[in-house]
Amino acid sequence: MTMNTKNRKKRLNMKEKYKHMTRLGWETSYQDMDKVFPYDNYEGIKIHDWEAWEDPFRMTMDSYWKYQGEKDKKLYAIIDAFAQNNAQKNITDARYVSALKLFLTGVSPLEYQAHRGFAHVARNFRGDGPRVACQMQAIDELRHVQTQIHTLSHYNKHFNGFSEFAHWHDRVWYLSVPKSFFDDARTAGPFEFMIAIGFSFEYVLTNLLFVPFMSGAAYNGDMATVTFGFSAQSDEARHMTLGLQAIKFMLEQDPANVPIVQGWIDKWTWRGYKVLGLVSMMMDYMLPESPQSWKEAWELYFEENTVALFKDLERYGIKVPDCAGTVAAEKDHLSHQIWMTFYTHGAAAPFHTWLPDEKKMDWLSEKYPDTFDKYYRPVYEHWAKLEKEGKRYYSEMLPQLCQTCQIPMLYTEIEKGEPTQIAHRHTIFNGERFHFCSDHCKDIFENEPEKYTHAWMPVQQIFQGNCGGATLPEVLDWYKVKFGTDNLDYVGSEDEATWKQWHGQE
Amino acid sequence: MSQNNVMLVLQANEEARPMVEAIQKDNQDAIVENQPAMIKITSPGKLVIKAETMEEIIGREWDPQELQLVLISLAGNVDEDYDHFTIYWDN
Repeated sequence: MTMNTKNRKKRLNMKEKYKHMTRLGWETSYQDMDKVFPYDNYEGIKIHDWEAWEDPFRMTMDSYWKYQGEKDKKLYAIIDAFAQNNAQKNITDARYVSALKLFLTGVSPLEYQAHRGFAHVARNFRGDGPRVACQMQAIDELRHVQTQIHTLSHYNKHFNGFSEFAHWHDRVWYLSVPKSFFDDARTAGPFEFMIAIGFSFEYVLTNLLFVPFMSGAAYNGDMATVTFGFSAQSDEARHMTLGLQAIKFMLEQDPANVPIVQGWIDKWTWRGYKVLGLVSMMMDYMLPESPQSWKEAWELYFEENTVALFKDLERYGIKVPDCAGTVAAEKDHLSHQIWMTFYTHGAAAPFHTWLPDEKKMDWLSEKYPDTFDKYYRPVYEHWAKLEKEGKRYYSEMLPQLCQTCQIPMLYTEIEKGEPTQIAHRHTIFNGERFHFCSDHCKDIFENEPEKYTHAWMPVQQIFQGNCGGATLPEVLDWYKVKFGTDNLDYVGSEDEATWKQWHGQE
Repeated sequence: MSQNNVMLVLQANEEARPMVEAIQKDNQDAIVENQPAMIKITSPGKLVIKAETMEEIIGREWDPQELQLVLISLAGNVDEDYDHFTIYWDN
């Protein structure tokens, strides 16, 4: 066969094709455009020319279906092979499976929420460029939740802690953190949603969720998860580009948009960072073999890339989000403080916890030389001593939650140089006192107090008697978490027994 | 002044290999790092994949949108047409 690759087939250039295939809207005449698209001007964002919107990937529906179909074929071939070969036996250790439980309960339902959110904004932008782009993203997100459920359903055959993931997402205390994050975004206007999810979450933060975690899954022998992760992430790369396009479009349309957009960047970078705290703990504690620490991933995917990104946005008058200093200070502490909270509240969570062993602690000392040995190793050693004496420590107190991010008040005054002092802020609104984990969460509340007073706070709901009862067994029943099966330590669990049986370690 | 790096992350598989080769050929300063299941490529300011180079390597026509199948992540602005896929910073 001979083929002259220099003489490529003549066709419409991509820009022209993109234009013909995406500009499918029209000016409505029977109804006023403002009535047809009632949501895209009340936030104060001014758009003068919707035609200026352009998707840099120039993705059109015909190529969209073609490439997505190919991706799915590859993914399902691997999922089938994984199941046929009982590859769940080849992961590094069954502790790793707890990270997958956290993913399915905490992350996969967010994919569905993202689907709903993008479908909503795809209806509500009057420009057809962003409408088409958001519609594709809405379909992507639905694909993500489906492929994740399909992949992890195989683990559900062999391990506890997967069966009620959707129910748990709606009820279990710590899962209100990711849930409320998306509730907050989806109840915002369409432009804020684009900055919240399209830009701050997808562009600035999603790499931290998918890339190191999935690379970690590969490192721990879990090919099925790697594949759904990277298959989703190939869509994310498109979403990131959409997010960047969305922000530039808003900034270029009118200078009055700049301060509004800046406010959303500040808010949503912080909100997203707080949700990703769960990922820090997965990376540093839940992967038996960690290819990279949370701090390293943060420095690479946030600090390095964000500096370049915000330099690009500087010309519009946009600056680095005001929480950057706080998050930089916290990177040496975050994962430790969160894992310790889950270790002590492990009775009320449907995944297993454990103390880091000597090897893991040495790795943590190496990765966190300024903090781990000084602040955290002594606590783990103390708890290990208690475990040995048969007095494993479980906290029986319900924690105070932050009204904005809904995370228990576990963070400390790191930026102020007092890393052992719990951070606590409060404010009074309509005669009622509200509590916060940080200045940033307090600022977000004070900017829109009416919105956050409506938050469904798990601890308050338990105390008000809305969660099955006042005792732990009653609340766990209401959660549908099976005591002694889904929760408590890995050591002594059914998961551990299964693993040992597979590997002849009775 | 040093330029900020753009980044491209690809799945470590058979389809990405010729892309990495094409990138190395056309981007002298690109740094390629192999990590578990993925390949991370960084380059100061700009990185381009030329369809012409790809086609010389694989011996068939190559549409830059095929990149969608192996792409994991990127950092930078995107410019794409039938003959190239480019990532760049505007600063």
